[in-house]
Amino acid sequence: MNFETIIGLEVHAELKTNTKIFCNCSTEFGAPPNTHTCPVCLGHPGVLPVLNEQAVNYAMKAALALNCDIAAETKFDRKNYFYPDNPKAYQISQFDQPIGENGWIDIETEENGPKRIGITRIHMEEDAGKLTHDEDGGHSLVDFNRVGTPLIEIVSEPDITTPEEGYAYLEKLKAILQYTDVSDCKMEEGSLRCDANISIRPAGQEEFGTKTELKNLNSFTNVQKGLAFEEERQEKELLAGGEVLQETRRWDDAKKETILMRIKEGSDDYRYFPEPDLVTYYIDENWKSRIGALIPELPDARKKRYIEDFGLSEYDASVLVQSKAIADFFQETVDAGADSKLTANWLMGEVSGYLNNNDMDIEETALTPQSLAKLIELIEKGTISSKIAKQVFADVMEQGGDPEQIVKDKGLMQISDEGELKQVVDGILDNNPQSIEDYKNGKDKALGFLVGQVMKETKGKANPQMVNSLILEGMEQR
Amino acid sequence: MSILEESVASLHTKIKNQEVTVAELVEASFARIREVDADVKAFLTLNEDRALEQAEKLDKQIQNGGEVPFLFGMPAGIKDNIITQDLRTTCASQLLANFDPVHNATVMDKLGESETVTVGKLNMDEFAMGSSTENSGVQETRNPWNTEYVPGGSSGGSAASVAAGEVLFSLGSDTGGSIRQPASYCGVVGLKPTYGRVSRYGLVAFASSLDQIGPLTRSVEDNAYVLQQIAGHSENDSTSADVEVPNYLEALGKEVKGLKIGVPSEYIGEGVDEGVKQRVLEALKVLEEQGAVWEEVSLPHSKYAVAAYYLIASSEASANLARFDGVRYGVRDENAKDLVEMYKETRSKGFGEEVKRRIMLGTFALSAGYYDAYYKKAQQVRTLIRRDFEKVFADYDVIVGPTAPTTAFKLGEQLDDPLTMYANDILTIPVNLAGIPAISVPCGFSDSMPVGLQIIAKPFAEETIYTVAHAFEQATEHHKARPEL
Repeated sequence: MNFETIIGLEVHAELKTNTKIFCNCSTEFGAPPNTHTCPVCLGHPGVLPVLNEQAVNYAMKAALALNCDIAAETKFDRKNYFYPDNPKAYQISQFDQPIGENGWIDIETEENGPKRIGITRIHMEEDAGKLTHDEDGGHSLVDFNRVGTPLIEIVSEPDITTPEEGYAYLEKLKAILQYTDVSDCKMEEGSLRCDANISIRPAGQEEFGTKTELKNLNSFTNVQKGLAFEEERQEKELLAGGEVLQETRRWDDAKKETILMRIKEGSDDYRYFPEPDLVTYYIDENWKSRIGALIPELPDARKKRYIEDFGLSEYDASVLVQSKAIADFFQETVDAGADSKLTANWLMGEVSGYLNNNDMDIEETALTPQSLAKLIELIEKGTISSKIAKQVFADVMEQGGDPEQIVKDKGLMQISDEGELKQVVDGILDNNPQSIEDYKNGKDKALGFLVGQVMKETKGKANPQMVNSLILEGMEQR
Repeated sequence: MSILEESVASLHTKIKNQEVTVAELVEASFARIREVDADVKAFLTLNEDRALEQAEKLDKQIQNGGEVPFLFGMPAGIKDNIITQDLRTTCASQLLANFDPVHNATVMDKLGESETVTVGKLNMDEFAMGSSTENSGVQETRNPWNTEYVPGGSSGGSAASVAAGEVLFSLGSDTGGSIRQPASYCGVVGLKPTYGRVSRYGLVAFASSLDQIGPLTRSVEDNAYVLQQIAGHSENDSTSADVEVPNYLEALGKEVKGLKIGVPSEYIGEGVDEGVKQRVLEALKVLEEQGAVWEEVSLPHSKYAVAAYYLIASSEASANLARFDGVRYGVRDENAKDLVEMYKETRSKGFGEEVKRRIMLGTFALSAGYYDAYYKKAQQVRTLIRRDFEKVFADYDVIVGPTAPTTAFKLGEQLDDPLTMYANDILTIPVNLAGIPAISVPCGFSDSMPVGLQIIAKPFAEETIYTVAHAFEQATEHHKARPEL
């Protein structure tokens, strides 16, 4: 039997306002517990929320960038549930009049090609606090610094049909939120979180199968892995004559499997009702266009431009635009005069390797677009070899500075003086008659050895092309 | 006669001219409390040390030629659901028996600007849920006119303390009649301002869309002075109205000649005590003699008001009171073995019967499948009630009727019958649902207990209310009557 899979993703993104959504406390991450709190966000008796308009602006900006219709009239509702991280025992959220509805984003995957994924809604709400549980089980602690941080929740339509599409959706969504500059989207700091639900049904069947909900998905890769595992588990279950239960399951990254947390009976009743402490907000065309004007060029448009204007390959362009920081860096490096293809290669190669190895963002390094452009220029002009360039690159990454100056100071200039090189080559050839013999007997590897010896002698500064031809010439003459 | 019998205006002049010191005034207040509060039981917490200290400081300020704003040095009592920084605020609930707030309500900051002196916190029905103050989790307040009788509620302590002459004025809160009904039962003046006129920031929420803070005083003039001080937009309260605050004192002494009064037939018909009805008709005659005209009008949907009110108020309350979970403040049940048990035990033990009844009612009304039939329907009724008033106000300046259908009842008399108890508010609740202002002023006695005249006006027409109330008051002697204690 053939099955089809239906995946729904709920993404929570923290908006990067300076203060919380309903009070003036800071939203700074990583402060000592309960230092960014006040009677309002602690839910003391008698307090009232006052909406941070910047949060509405950011939410609207995200909604517009995700092609949503913006509500002309939007309001907040109370979502009631008891939990120690929820100080009022209700979360101020949006129920039936979310700020944005009916949006979409375009994705592309290898197996299914380009596809448009619908976005059901985007609504605003406040974040909860953070609980930590004592290992011995003696007590639990709660940190309310995060409570009241503005969030948007983005809910996808049931259009995603493979785990790979889910991954592509998340990558694109994250890129758009970063481009619009409304969220840091750092999963490791919890400023971006994802819940997934998945169901399967026999191909052709109209009604949806029973879905399971996945939690603890702390990276996009884990979302994809969790969904893939769950897809297979449900299929096996059905093929074995069993049934899929409405469950909440947790992804266990060590065991590489989903684990049952609880079986859901019916739906949770949050007893939503309109928040009487806040008023209805009316969004007119003016407000909307004011926010719309702030939306920068988004990843798809930028990718298209990079292909058309810079002749980048489809692949290179899509890798570069995935992160706004890298795409901006690319743009500025090229604007500083560097060759676009070489810039792309460097960013996708050395730079991204360095960032991955050191778990850093490009803004955290000492590299500037100007220094990268200069480095590329030095290679192009033949002032340094690519090998030396990598050495200089490491310096610039860590300490910054002008690559040209570094090359001068360290005497790393490429030796392209034929006389000087010939002298070294002759010396090496004199000392290695066996290698010459080997080469003449057809052992090509011997050439590499000889080049290596020259490079060693010149501390890597010799122009490799010249060394090559000088050795070949020299051997012929012997 | 105690110095506290004098009006705010007279005391203000005397303080300013240094004929009376603030210390004398504040000491007189505490002396009166010592004298009568064992019988009246209006106060839950006294603020004596700090009040006397403040009085001394204020007297020095006067001696040094400092400013003397109105209400400067006036001893006031504050209902215990209004948050007072560092001064115990319990809402008369065992759950908050140990709660000392870290912040102030906006009204307290505003009173602070004119340096009123907070004498103490006043008893109430727990979390303002009730009409007799018998639902207090701490004590039963008595009606100063007869201590066998209830003072009304939920602002029973606020009304009784003013009637007993313990303070010059008090603040109460009114969600369905909680200022006006006890004012009526205790023979004092109590105003529920327009929704949004006074900031709710720092008022422990019962029903957020209905709650309003207002003053209780012995005279209309005093009342206007207090409202003047506490009214106005506040940035902390999104539902407070950005509407200019007029000079309420200028409304006093204006003529009522030509004023058109609507008297709802529903307010003088069945269910209203004959004695109460007679006093109201007499009051209308007093206004008529001054050139006002009155006609019977109809508020046809008011019969649905109590039902709609108990759905809306309880629904909002079920969420508003959910924060009292024992996690961050309040009295936590320490013996619970797990989280759910802690919630259950803390709330089961901390809340009284009426509070639990309303939380359950509200939780039920908001539940999936019932929302449309209850909460949503009640909101629709609310719109109809508001339109009833709008229609009448198209042709009339004010609506006049009794504040409550009866005078105060005996302690314990209605305690076992919540529905009869709820009917006490039948004439006050529609006003909250419509968000409009109304006052209760003393208009005589029935069977030796005070009767209150209710005057209702359009949104933000507190001035009109004061004009009418003052004209009536000045033409009668009712407000001069004092209980014997």
